[in-house]
Amino acid sequence: MPLSRSPAASCQLLAPSRRTRLLTPYPRAGATPAAEASLLPGALRAESLPRHVAVVMDGNARWARARGLPSAAGHEAGRRALEETVRLSRAWGVRALTAFAFSHENWSRPKVEVEFLMGLFERVIHESVAEFLREGIRLRVIGDSSRLPVSLQRTAREAEEATRNNSQLDLTLAISYSGRRDIVQACRSLAQKVQDKVLRPEDIDESLFADELETSPADELTYPDLLIRTSGELRLSNFMLWQSAYSELFFTDTLWPDFGEDDYLEALVSFQSRDRRFGVRKL
Amino acid sequence: MATPLSYPSSDPHMFPICSRDNWLSLTVSMEGFLTSCSPSVNPKIEKPEDMVKTGVLARFQNFLRKCLIAVISYGPMPNHIAFIMDGNRRYAKCRSIQQGAGHRVGFFAVVANLLYCYEMGVKYMTVYAFSIDNFKRDPKEVQSLMQLMEEKINEVLEKQSVIDKLNCKVNFWGNLELLREPARLAAQKLMASTAGNTGPVLSVCIPYNSTSEIVNAVSEVCAERREMLQGERDGDCNGQAANSGVHPEISVADLDRHMYSAGCPDPDIVIRTSGETRLSNFLLWQTTFSHLQNPDTLWPDFSFRHLVWAVLQYQRAYPHLEQNRNLAKKQL
Repeated sequence: MPLSRSPAASCQLLAPSRRTRLLTPYPRAGATPAAEASLLPGALRAESLPRHVAVVMDGNARWARARGLPSAAGHEAGRRALEETVRLSRAWGVRALTAFAFSHENWSRPKVEVEFLMGLFERVIHESVAEFLREGIRLRVIGDSSRLPVSLQRTAREAEEATRNNSQLDLTLAISYSGRRDIVQACRSLAQKVQDKVLRPEDIDESLFADELETSPADELTYPDLLIRTSGELRLSNFMLWQSAYSELFFTDTLWPDFGEDDYLEALVSFQSRDRRFGVRKL
Repeated sequence: MATPLSYPSSDPHMFPICSRDNWLSLTVSMEGFLTSCSPSVNPKIEKPEDMVKTGVLARFQNFLRKCLIAVISYGPMPNHIAFIMDGNRRYAKCRSIQQGAGHRVGFFAVVANLLYCYEMGVKYMTVYAFSIDNFKRDPKEVQSLMQLMEEKINEVLEKQSVIDKLNCKVNFWGNLELLREPARLAAQKLMASTAGNTGPVLSVCIPYNSTSEIVNAVSEVCAERREMLQGERDGDCNGQAANSGVHPEISVADLDRHMYSAGCPDPDIVIRTSGETRLSNFLLWQTTFSHLQNPDTLWPDFSFRHLVWAVLQYQRAYPHLEQNRNLAKKQL
């Protein structure tokens, strides 16, 4: 039960989700896409779903503090919320999901918490590989891997290799990621190419630049259509700055561990009603 | 003589009164009193100078406005506010006026908000006037926007105006080569003539895309590096000590220097009017830690009370924003 919502509001939201739970049984692995599309809740239309959803998973520590638990419990609850979001994305036909797990600024947190989080990421990735293979989920880890523990780097690489050929859902975990650093490292690699005389500065354009970012290759699934930020903060905090140029932003006061099916549904319904013009006017 | 609102306010976005912050309710009730007489944009105004009104009622309004500003100045005030001016066409449709006139009223809203920001002590104001994607619109609309821009810049250049009264410095950020010759020359002339001004800074983004700004900065940084290394290689030929290989890596500061916004601080608040929640390729690099707001008001309706509310929301979120900014400075 989300603490930050009034009881009246959450009752309204629970009612439709009970109905949708009746309509959406857990999809069997290997169900055909047509059958899955019919498992969408009534409020959603398959053709106006976002292809790529990005989530900023904010609020674990606050959730734990509100319950008098240590922050580790908050992060574990956050892990469950992420697994639920992955399951729902897979069921509803979202093609790509990017989760902001750990930002570069988070390295300044207490050492104990940081170590716990690194251990948690390693455990989660290790334990989920089997499920990813079953569900057809491809895993990618982006971010400044040089600061991660060696064991986590190895686990992540192995998981990426194992799930490389899956195509049902692209799951990207941003660990030790920062949008500005992403742009700076792309700039450095382009500068190196210029120095090596492979490229002239005048030839650098947007698509060339986009291919140097950590989220390359720049295809139609690279840029998030919808960016969800939980726990009521109204800012981007250095997450996918370039890639979210035209993303629809959705801010919710719910803390991340409480983010469940009804919150996700609310975000997707809100996305459906947005009028995306990309700078052009519809006549 | 102050002109009262000549049309019913279609603004559905009233202040949500938060029960948690009771101290705000005093300011909100003061604002409610001021709503009916705060100066606002009137489509009948012809010149920006007419917005600075005189008369007894106007002086009373000014006094009340100053009181309100003094109250909110107790909290942290933003230094830089950025606006995505959305909703001009919808405004024109609502008021059943000609479509091009919506943009004209939008221009007066820019001048009004510049005056309000100046009174509040907000030194930098940035507006998203025209995106590079907007060139794909109906050519007639694009042409009327360009003509409006040329007309207003020439007006400002020719006579004593609000810009001169405030000693305002005007910047044009964007890929100016995409503009027509007369528009580009007018913009460059205005930038040159206000370059030495020390008052508030108004930056107009036209035609602007943040992605192309970043690519442009990257391209310039690469060219700069190449020239630096070239210079050193020439130095080698002259027999001086080699220094290659001992270069600092390209950093955030290098890119900052080559952005159009070099010299301006990052925006504290980004306000997108008309309720849409996206950035649309505006200041992506600079708004990492900015407070994002999206009131439902259309841009021409955005007036003093909306600005005050925006600042109050910013003040509420200020402790978190500062904390994050300090953490980021430590890391980068």
